[in-house]
Amino acid sequence: MIATKTNRLTYPTVRPADGLNAALRMSPGGLIEVIKYSGLKGRGGAGFPTGLKWQFAAGSDSPQKYVICNADEGEPGTFKDRVILADFPELVFEGMAIAAYATGADRGMIYLRGEYVYLRPRLEAVMEEMREANRLGAGILGRAGFDFDLEVRMGAGAYVCGEETALIESLEGHRGEPRNRPPFPVDTGYQRQVTTVNNVETLAWATCILSKGADWWRGFGTEQSTGLKLFSISGDCEDPGVYELPLGVCVDELLDVCGGNGAKAVQIGGASGRCIPAIDFERGVCYEDLPTGGSVIVFGPQRDMLAVAGNFLEFFVDESCGQCTPCREGNEVLVEGVKMLEEGACSSSHLHELVSLGETMQVASKCGLGQSSPNAFLSIVRGFREEILGREPVSALDQGATDGTTESKP
Amino acid sequence: MLITLEEEIRGELEAVAQKMGKDRANLIPMLQEVKTKHGHIPDVAMQEIADLLGIHPVEVYGVVSFYSFLNEEPQGRFVVRLCRTISCELAGRDAVARQLENDLGIAFGETSTDGYFTLEWANCLGMCDQGLALLINDRLFTAVTTDQIEGIVKECRHTFGDFASQREEVQPA
Repeated sequence: MIATKTNRLTYPTVRPADGLNAALRMSPGGLIEVIKYSGLKGRGGAGFPTGLKWQFAAGSDSPQKYVICNADEGEPGTFKDRVILADFPELVFEGMAIAAYATGADRGMIYLRGEYVYLRPRLEAVMEEMREANRLGAGILGRAGFDFDLEVRMGAGAYVCGEETALIESLEGHRGEPRNRPPFPVDTGYQRQVTTVNNVETLAWATCILSKGADWWRGFGTEQSTGLKLFSISGDCEDPGVYELPLGVCVDELLDVCGGNGAKAVQIGGASGRCIPAIDFERGVCYEDLPTGGSVIVFGPQRDMLAVAGNFLEFFVDESCGQCTPCREGNEVLVEGVKMLEEGACSSSHLHELVSLGETMQVASKCGLGQSSPNAFLSIVRGFREEILGREPVSALDQGATDGTTESKP
Repeated sequence: MLITLEEEIRGELEAVAQKMGKDRANLIPMLQEVKTKHGHIPDVAMQEIADLLGIHPVEVYGVVSFYSFLNEEPQGRFVVRLCRTISCELAGRDAVARQLENDLGIAFGETSTDGYFTLEWANCLGMCDQGLALLINDRLFTAVTTDQIEGIVKECRHTFGDFASQREEVQPA
């Protein structure tokens, strides 16, 4: 395994315990005000204001509260949480302790995806070191009454468990099927108690903000999207890797950084994100324009965008939890539609039907997975209509080589 | 004394329940213990866990069937998972997939008759900057190309049985 390429990151400049010490100098309420003022929003992709989430959790007088770190990074094209957990786990654990101090929680859990099981021994070793240094455990950093400890819980290979209510179901020992929201986890979460669920990157940034100050953070980004973001860039570029850039950066600048110039399209936000054609490369990556959990996939001029749409849809067919009909059945129908387009057998009116189905799925699905599953397909139909219509039928013999199904042997 | 699989699993699970507590929230960790020990989750383990936790066995089965890392059927000693997600597809997935099938003599979703290999697809292993990614049990290989498949398979074969002494480390690129 080779190291992931990065540009100069902020994380190594934050000294251990700096953020936590700064937090403990404030009252929990004052700390929440600082995070609110910073404008930090959820880095997993949904972009909910972190300070507000903590405030809701702090506002309840429930006797048992939890802080959960969502390390179920499964969005295609995203690997920044892996890099953070491998290289800067202390920042994440400290962020959890800070969240616990703000909300009044005393138990934490890291829900680590099954595919990252090789990170577990190191995470547990770092936890133990932090316990010895009194940065976790009872009376943290000498503060009587501030007790917080955490454990790693392994996922078992289900993308939908990145959705926070599905994640909680999974922790409780159930199938990872999302719950209805509201109630939100900050009200009724793990074991029906108040639960704060934050992404790995969000927690690491919270530690940085406490250490460096909210004004430092507000110096980056845009009005609505303050601060820095880690982008996981992969695909057809010279230097794939993890890059720290301010939010609001335009797609062209991302391509400059990774050496992906000349790209035909860029997928922003992974399988559940949008495919941006070259004509829109001046658009900004931020909550008010193109939101992302950090996944940036570059497609060179030689790529077939229909195959890209097919790959994403097959991903959703596989990962749909099957609970609601629009997502379970809709994605299957869209995959069939892509096959018809590939075979040059899709009429314009059928394509309209497919688009209409996709739009229905966006509003009728129960959770974020289903609601965002047709995004890539719809944006590819919009941006590359000419490329996907009126194809030459592929002969049966060549199909095995192009559609990714390798079961059939010549 | 002859100990049946049932007795063995019952003993193990009672010890696990003692350690973790008979709490529904520990269902998945318990299943993961069984899986680590036996390579799969036999019916008898599901029944036993259901008894210990005071839930219906169907509840346990529902969980096992939901998660792709929990399997009821026995798998090979080496579970080979090839990432099929987009960045790895761009990095030459189809050719490596074909070569794996050819070298192992099985298709995706199958287990070899000697019980050594199971070949499966994985969804995004989070190694998109170093595609193609391959996970064999807990070991990760990145930037895999068709010409490395032979060596990787050979290394697996040499970690057990008569050839164990001839083990050579394959350096993933």
